[in-house]
Amino acid sequence: MDTETLTRADTTATQPLPGDFAIWVFIFAELTVFGILFTAYAFARESHLALFNMEQRLLDRQTALANTLLLITSSYAMVRSVLAIRADQIARCIRWLLLAMGLGCGFVVLKIREFAHDATLGITLSHNLFDMFYLSLTFFHFMHVILGLTILASVTLRALGGHYNASSHTGVESAGAYWHMVDLLWVILFALVYVIH
Amino acid sequence: MNFASQRVAKPYFIGALALFAGQIIFGLIAGMQYLDGSFLFPAFPFSVIRTVHTNLLIVWLLMAFMGAAYYIVPEEAQTELHSPRLALLTFWVFLIAGVLTILGYLFVPYSQLAAMTGNAILPTMGRGYLEQPLPTKIGIVLVALSLLFNVTMTLAKGRKTSLNIVLVAGLWGLALLFLPAFYFPVDTVKASYSWWWVVHGWVEGDWELILSALLGFILVRMTGVDREIIEKWMYIIIAMTLISGIIGIGHHYYYTGAPEYWIWLGSIFSAMEPVPFLMLVVFAVRMLISRRHEYPNHAALLWAIGTPVMAFLGAGFWGFMITLAPVQYYTHGTNFTAAHGHLAFFGAYAMVSLSIISYAMPHLRGRMANSLRAQRWEMTGFWIMVISMFVIALALTGAGIVTVFLQRMGEHPISFMGVQYQERVFFWIREVAGFTFFSGLVAYLTSFFVGGDPVAAHGATVPRGR
Ligand code: HEM
Ligand code: HEM
Ligand SMILES: [Fe+2]
Repeated sequence: MDTETLTRADTTATQPLPGDFAIWVFIFAELTVFGILFTAYAFARESHLALFNMEQRLLDRQTALANTLLLITSSYAMVRSVLAIRADQIARCIRWLLLAMGLGCGFVVLKIREFAHDATLGITLSHNLFDMFYLSLTFFHFMHVILGLTILASVTLRALGGHYNASSHTGVESAGAYWHMVDLLWVILFALVYVIH
Repeated sequence: MNFASQRVAKPYFIGALALFAGQIIFGLIAGMQYLDGSFLFPAFPFSVIRTVHTNLLIVWLLMAFMGAAYYIVPEEAQTELHSPRLALLTFWVFLIAGVLTILGYLFVPYSQLAAMTGNAILPTMGRGYLEQPLPTKIGIVLVALSLLFNVTMTLAKGRKTSLNIVLVAGLWGLALLFLPAFYFPVDTVKASYSWWWVVHGWVEGDWELILSALLGFILVRMTGVDREIIEKWMYIIIAMTLISGIIGIGHHYYYTGAPEYWIWLGSIFSAMEPVPFLMLVVFAVRMLISRRHEYPNHAALLWAIGTPVMAFLGAGFWGFMITLAPVQYYTHGTNFTAAHGHLAFFGAYAMVSLSIISYAMPHLRGRMANSLRAQRWEMTGFWIMVISMFVIALALTGAGIVTVFLQRMGEHPISFMGVQYQERVFFWIREVAGFTFFSGLVAYLTSFFVGGDPVAAHGATVPRGR
């Protein structure tokens, strides 16, 4: 996403939000989608409590916990990269970005292994209502991790191309905001789907 | 207009408008047959008239999109079109094939048409919007390939703006998503899958990319706002379109024999489909507010702001009303759906086509904007058509609601034809509004023939090279 040059006209008037106004519109929309999904999950769980509690035990909570830690650490790396670019430390910003992406890729690898394992357990969309929600929620989130990584990669490329500095780095902040959202959603999802019963 | 080869867009736009007029005439005939079942029967049965009405719609929209591509791609790429002659040849092939197909529908019984055109070899005929005989379908693919070759070559040798890439990618998607039209299995569930891949895939997926690229282009040109801002909006609109629209296809799989999880997935994701349409409205309004100069073509500005608003109402609002599984359980296939179909198709794709035509035609005719008098005719046409279409949608919604109550709820449901009889008043309203729509179209078309001095000399304040 070409988020750098943007924005004077679009953001200077009110600057409480880091990053671009458009990315916040997008984040808001995304949160609404997930909000609806989570609400639907809550209602479905309410009416099939026994099923949900039983099926939940089949899930791989260790992997999910590891994934939670990976994303939280990755978010931290993202914070550091934004701080670095604000201090005009471009090389350091890039290193933190790469670390953030590396941890995100770790999530992807673990999650793919988990999906593969699920398949051997007979967890499918049609199996039962819980599995339907579990698979759609986590797969939909998984696609967001991929999208987030793509955004991080394009920002990293632009950073390598010398597009950012202390006074102009909206792109890094926008990518950071999106990446934190992906992390936040996973934490909610982890609690909701894997833990609470 | 900066490049001579853009001129090939002109026959496409004129052809599109002519077919649009034809579409409306057949819509009026179909509406008449609702009021008097024997009207033009048996020479032209309702099923044939309806097919002609919807096929003309698809063909003129495709023609307008192609004209838009031939106009925009060279201008964005800052280079001449790869082959203007190929584009012109393609136009004639497309027009003649389209007209022959329509004549085939009208004058050859459908089963005979199918037999004549090799439907037995590869059965593809019979599904809504995709009624075309096999040779026509193959022709559509060839025309699309010719367009894709031409614009992709142009893009490859020229400047690669995000806007242009999205437009060309959207056209590729349009062609690829047509391919399921060749897959018509006997299994009705599978057949309905592949039908919706085309229909839903187009209007609630790929065409939205084309829609935002076309609107983006017009707004870049007319407002002078930095293209980075416009492109960034385009990207988030596209992202939301795909996030909601791909899985949102499930709203066509309820109670059809498809797996049950679609009831959840379809409801949840399609409920978000109005969001990108809402974003389009916010986007267009913001761009117009922050415009850098006054653009002399006020009619084009009106179309450009009217399109997202009407698209949001027709697709977003009316679509939402029938998209949740428990609602659609009652409303499926009623005139409620037709109300949504009309308002959405008109508001989004007909209006964006008219927007780009309104913007580009003056340039193609050697001026930046038409005379004030011509613009007044055009804007009158805009308002009459928009309001009439709104009335049509309201009338059909009324009919749909009556069907829900009389035919699908209650202790003693009334038969289909019995309900139709109860709804006559709505069909009358629809038909009258249809005629006012037609008068709006006439006013719109008249604007092309009204003379007077163009508002600004060609190229005066065109924000070149932005
Ligand atoms: C510009 C975009 C759109 C266009 C042109 C469009 C057009 C149509 C048309 C023509 C149909 C009828 C198909 C048939 O012949 O059976 C239809 C059905 C439907 N549309 Fe859309 N639509 C658009 C966007 C949307 C959106 C955004 C939603 C949801 C929010 C939606 C929800 C539906 C549903 C649920 C049906 C099926 C209704 C039924 O089963 O009776 N549409 N649409
Ligand atoms: C102005 C007068 C118009 C009239 C009187 C009219 C009338 C009709 C009628 C009677 C049908 C058949 C409905 C059925 O099968 O029961 C129909 C279908 C359709 N028309 Fe129109 N139409 C008009 C304009 C338009 C316009 C401007 C558009 C789009 C831009 C359009 C798009 C469609 C579509 C998509 C369908 C299929 C709808 C469905 O299956 O739900 N029509 N129209
Ligand atoms: Fe749909």
